Amino acid sequence: MSILVVAEHDNNAVDPATLKTLAAAQKIGGDIHVLVAGMGCSTVAENVAKAEGVSKVLLADNAVYEHQLAENVGALVAELGKGYSHVLAPATTTGKNFMPRVAALLDVAQVSDIISVESDDTFKRPIYAGNAIATVQSEDAIKVITVRATAFDAVAAEGGSGNVESIDNAIDNDKSEFVGEQLAESERPDLTAAEIVISGGRGMQNGENFKLLEDIADKLGAAVGASRAAVDAGFVPNDMQVGQTGKIVAPQLYIAVGISGAIQHLAGMKDSKIIVAINKDEEAPIFQVADYGLVADLFEVLPELEQKL
Amino acid sequence: MKILVAVKRVIDYNVKVRVKPDQSDVDLANVKMALNPFCEIAVEEAVRLKEAGTADEVVVVSIGPKAVQEQLRTALALGADRAIQVETDDMPDSLSVAKILKGVVEKEGPDMVILGKQSIDSDNNQTGQMLGALTGMPQGTFASKVEVGDGFINVTREVDGGLQTVKLNLPAIVTTDLRLNEPRYASLPNIMKAKRKPLETISTDDLGVEVKRSVKLLKVETPAERSAGVKVADVDELVEKLKNEAKVL
Repeated sequence: MSILVVAEHDNNAVDPATLKTLAAAQKIGGDIHVLVAGMGCSTVAENVAKAEGVSKVLLADNAVYEHQLAENVGALVAELGKGYSHVLAPATTTGKNFMPRVAALLDVAQVSDIISVESDDTFKRPIYAGNAIATVQSEDAIKVITVRATAFDAVAAEGGSGNVESIDNAIDNDKSEFVGEQLAESERPDLTAAEIVISGGRGMQNGENFKLLEDIADKLGAAVGASRAAVDAGFVPNDMQVGQTGKIVAPQLYIAVGISGAIQHLAGMKDSKIIVAINKDEEAPIFQVADYGLVADLFEVLPELEQKL
Repeated sequence: MKILVAVKRVIDYNVKVRVKPDQSDVDLANVKMALNPFCEIAVEEAVRLKEAGTADEVVVVSIGPKAVQEQLRTALALGADRAIQVETDDMPDSLSVAKILKGVVEKEGPDMVILGKQSIDSDNNQTGQMLGALTGMPQGTFASKVEVGDGFINVTREVDGGLQTVKLNLPAIVTTDLRLNEPRYASLPNIMKAKRKPLETISTDDLGVEVKRSVKLLKVETPAERSAGVKVADVDELVEKLKNEAKVL
């Protein structure tokens, strides 16, 4: 068996989700190759080659892959994937975007967002917003899989000794082009990788009040998240949303402030180690999953918490 | 232009699902079903494009047994012009759904296909992308904004770090994110009118597609329950517990 893992990166650094996907690949077992497709991304390839368990890195460094658009990256991965028993990518928005194209081009099904590897063809994945866990077995010759990064511990980033091999498959893309992007700038840790996450919901009342959470986040080295209600109300940008349709997090400590705890939100955070809920409604469903609950007005409690940390 | 919208009948999003005692699947007997929320947003977007004079026909399609006609009628009540039910009793997987939709695309020749980014039951997030690969169309997934130009569309996509805009040559595929629009409610007169709009039923055989499922469902379990913890009296007690009991600070 041999496994192709598609690396997630921004042409400069490898995303931690890739190291977690490598952990899933190791559980499947077999020779592990990594594809790094992008432009000016040779440093990424050299770094990935050092990750534990990687035997070879395929580097497709070409202007056509600069923004990793699904149309031609999908075609590239499908072309390379024919030689492997498994093709894996992290279930990030990038992986979710191109991998189903890969599966369709290979005429196989895709197993999305796996949370555990039972054997080389059997996997567990959450369905119905995480309210049920399905065990599924793939009968396809090539298994195309996306991996929920929070469910696996990253492999060591150093210590491996893979070879980097450049490949020159340049697949043109005349159907789509990159126009621009607006990325949120933040000094705080990445939401999906943070050890501590503090999130606000509709109870925050407006965007300015998120400052109360940011002050605490800065003291704890935490990331700041939000519920869908807070995003839809325009308090904060959508890339902060935690939930079924936003980001999935599983930090050591998750502090939910002014969040009722709808099914959709719980789907994104209920695998956190310790959950703290601060809410003035003691009937809020969030208290049913919280390890520590504080029934209080967040506007009184947050400044006090910040001061006492 | 002509827009094709694919819609799915799923369990209502407010329902807390129960796993069957034999762990074969979740129990859908006597459970409230509805239009998948992301599909509702897809219909709304198509109808808005029609109201803006950009689209001249909105066709909705759903795959499944007769019951899916209920969701097709909902889509018609929201403003779609006509509906197609692709009849099948099987539960097709995403790849089969994409193949069936490819057949419908070949039959209808739409300029744009709009789907939801994922269904809230299987949570796969695959069908639109697979349809893109099978038809060779470009895709604008997780769309929060769609702007129509001459022979192309600009799609603003919700990505992990923020937003990204791509330009796609038509015909193209769009999958909707929650922030694309706010779907309207169907008014009673529109629900009545929807009953007279055309609804065509075709079979998977008509499209020459074999429904299959290469991923077998072995077992469905209830996830490990989290039990409610303790209520603390004040901030001091909370900080103390986080430091000494949970040891996370």
